[in-house]
Amino acid sequence: MGTKVRMRVWRGDGGAGGLVDYEVEVNEGEVVLDVLHRLQATQAGDLAVRWNCKAGKCGSCSMEINGRPRLACMTRMSLFDPADAITITPMRTFPVIRDLVTDVSFNYEKARQIPSFTPDPSVGLGEFRMQQVDVERSQEFRKCIECFLCQNVCHVIRDHPENMPAYAGPRFLMRIAELEMHPADTADRRAIAQDEFGLGLCNITKCCTEVCPEGIHITDNALIPMKERVMSRKYDPVVWLGGKIARRPRRDTPKVPGGRA
Amino acid sequence: MTQAPQAPARTRAQIAARTLRRDAWWRQPAINAAGLLAIVVYLTWASLVNGDYFWKPYISPLYSPCLTSNCAPGAGFHWVPWLTALTPAILIIGGPLGFRFTCYYYRKAYYRAFWRSPAACAVREPHARYSGETRLPLILQNVHRYFFYIALAFNVILTIDAVVAFRNHAGQWGHMGLGTLVLVINAALLWLYSVSCHACRHAVGGRLKHFSRHPLRYRAWSLVSRLNAYHMQFAWVSLFWVLFTDLYIRLVASGAITDPRFF
Repeated sequence: MGTKVRMRVWRGDGGAGGLVDYEVEVNEGEVVLDVLHRLQATQAGDLAVRWNCKAGKCGSCSMEINGRPRLACMTRMSLFDPADAITITPMRTFPVIRDLVTDVSFNYEKARQIPSFTPDPSVGLGEFRMQQVDVERSQEFRKCIECFLCQNVCHVIRDHPENMPAYAGPRFLMRIAELEMHPADTADRRAIAQDEFGLGLCNITKCCTEVCPEGIHITDNALIPMKERVMSRKYDPVVWLGGKIARRPRRDTPKVPGGRA
Repeated sequence: MTQAPQAPARTRAQIAARTLRRDAWWRQPAINAAGLLAIVVYLTWASLVNGDYFWKPYISPLYSPCLTSNCAPGAGFHWVPWLTALTPAILIIGGPLGFRFTCYYYRKAYYRAFWRSPAACAVREPHARYSGETRLPLILQNVHRYFFYIALAFNVILTIDAVVAFRNHAGQWGHMGLGTLVLVINAALLWLYSVSCHACRHAVGGRLKHFSRHPLRYRAWSLVSRLNAYHMQFAWVSLFWVLFTDLYIRLVASGAITDPRFF
C-alpha cells in the first residue's frame, strides 16, 4: 500500500487551461510517469501524456515538473517532499496540443534546414576510414534522444518566441557543430550557423546543458567550439587577412530552403 | 464544396507565474552577483589608491608591469613617462579585465547575475526584447581570443614577478618568504585559468576536423579539455587569489604585517 501525494496537473486544450488538483497513490521506487499513468487509470481517463520507452531513451515524456524541464520517466518520486504538491505542466516553449502533450514540429522544421552530411565526392563508397579519436568527438552528440528539453529551456525562444524563425536552438546548433567537426564532411556551415541559425543569440548561460538527460556538454563541447569557429570565419581580422594573402576562397554552404519563414 | 473545419490555432500553455520552480534558484545568481560586486569594489579601490603595492621583491599583480613614471622606486619600467594622470594599475588593468569580461564562464555568470537573462533556467527573464550577442556592444565578445593572448603576456610577466620574489628585501637571490609562495600560487592559478580557457582549447586543437592527422595537437586538446572542465573553478579561485595577493603585499608594504621569511 503506497502513500498519497497531491498532484497539480496542467489540463487544457490549445493554450487555454489551468492546474487541476488530484490526489494519487504512490508506491516505493516509482517515477513521475508511473503516477501520471495511475492518475490516468483511476481518475482522469482523458489525460493526454506522450510517452513510449519508460527508460529515458525515447525522449517522449518531456514536461516540466515543479517548474524544471525533465523526463517524467526518469524523475523519481522520492525526489519530492510527500507533504508538498507536485506541479506538472507541459513544455512552455511549444504549443499545447492537449494537457501535457505539445507540438514540437518547430524542431523538425529546423532539422530539415541544416545542410546534411556532405562527403567529398571524389572519395568512393567504402573508401573513407574514420579513426576512433575522430569518432569519439561526435559520439557525444549522437547520444541526443531529441527530447527537446534543451530547446524548451533555452530562454532565447522560451521567453522570446519572436526569435523562433531566426534561432535553431541548442539541439540543432549542436547538430551543426557535429557536422562541422566530422573529418569527412566538406560543407562549411559556419556562416549560416551565425546568420541563419542564430548562434549569436546564444549567450551561453548553459541551461541546455543543465537539463540534458543524456548529460551531453552541449555548451562546452558544441556551442562554444562552434562560436569559436564562427569567430574565425566572420570576426577574426587575422584569419581574414591570412585568407586574403593565401587567396583561400570562401565556400559557405547555404541553408536548405524551407521550414519556417 | 464545404471546407473541413480548421483546427483551432495552438498556443503555448498560458501560465502566468514567472516560474514554477520551488528550489532556491535565486541563490546562485545572488551569490555570484555579491561576489562579483565585492571584487569590482575592491579592484576599483586598489587600482586607484596608487600606493603600498610594492615591497621589494614583491609587486602586486594589479600593478605589474608598472609602466608609468610615477611607479614606486624600483617597481617599474618608466616606459610611458608622459602618462602620469593614470595610476599604473589603471593603465594595464584593461588586459586581464578584458580577458575575464569576455570569458565564456564569466559571461554566463554575469548574464545570469546582473542581466538576469535568464537569472536561472526556466525562470522568465524580465526583458521585452532579446538580441543576444548579435549586435553592438555584445558582438564584441568575439574579441575573446585576442584577450587570451594578452592574458598570456600578463601571465609571463607575473611568472617573472614570482621568480624575482625568490630574493630577500636587500635583493639577494636564494631566499623565500610567505609572499614568494603567494606570488608563485598566483602565477600558477593564472596559468591554469588561461590554459583551461575555451579560446585556448580551440587554438590548440579544437579547430581541427581531423584529430587523427594531428596526434600532438590532439594530445594538447585532450589535456586542455580536461582542464577546461574546471574552468569555472579556476576562474573564481584565480580571481580571488589575485586580490588576496594584492592585499597581502599591501599589508606588508604598509607595515601592517611582517612577511614571514622561510630561508
